[in-house]
Amino acid sequence: MALQLLLNLIIAFVWMFLANDWSASRFVVGYLIGAACIGLLHRFWPYDFYLKRLWAVCKLLVLFVKELFISSFGVLLHIVRPRLTIRPGIFTLRTELRSDWEITLLSCLICLTPGTLTLNVAPDGQTLHIHAIDIEDADELARQIKDSFEKAIMEVTRG
Amino acid sequence: MSAAGEWIIGLLVLAGAVIGVISAFGLIRLPDVYLRSHAATKSATLGVLFILVGAFLYFWLYMGHVSAKLLLGIAFVFITSPVAGHLNGRAAYRSGVPLWERSVRDDWAKEQHRQSASRAPE
Repeated sequence: MALQLLLNLIIAFVWMFLANDWSASRFVVGYLIGAACIGLLHRFWPYDFYLKRLWAVCKLLVLFVKELFISSFGVLLHIVRPRLTIRPGIFTLRTELRSDWEITLLSCLICLTPGTLTLNVAPDGQTLHIHAIDIEDADELARQIKDSFEKAIMEVTRG
Repeated sequence: MSAAGEWIIGLLVLAGAVIGVISAFGLIRLPDVYLRSHAATKSATLGVLFILVGAFLYFWLYMGHVSAKLLLGIAFVFITSPVAGHLNGRAAYRSGVPLWERSVRDDWAKEQHRQSASRAPE
């Protein structure tokens, strides 16, 4: 992925050399041409086109903001409700993510989801202990986390 | 345009302040350290973000100054506050702070119990 980015920059600079014009607009045009070239020749690369990866990163960011909003208002509702109707508890989540980087991202995301807080990552690196505000449906919560976050993170890291 | 901008900025800052107040109220009202950590991590983060975005828009629309420092501040608060919540909760749990008595389940304690039981016979 970094290699594709480097190649794209080189193509942009070659385009600037060809035109003998050192302006930002020429660089942008060269960069777009480079991106098109790499995109068209993507089957010669062992991995995916890197802009697709970038798009997945953007989707993950949007998911992050959306979850922050939903979860904050959920917690605020719990606080201002006249009677505390919460049933807190700790449940475990087995994840399929492998690398430290992915697990860190997942636990940060969980900290910001509606009513969940990562308490511990077990030493095996596959089990997360999560404190939930309302645990009535822990399996449902775990399934949601797996469906939305794991998939989004995998799209970023595996392409 | 300028009137609409004023309204948006005013509402953003006001919403941030209100959210901050409610989450501070949550710190008093919620019964144990983990639940309080929920309130402190999420709602307070959102409140601070609202106020920072309001300040950013104010400087941008009325002073003509794009403040990159405010954007950086938003990004840093966004990255660091969930980690802080996680560390607080974990440190509390590992030093033996009990859960609220009406908590319904505790898988982590069960697992630790099982591990220590399996280690004992050696």
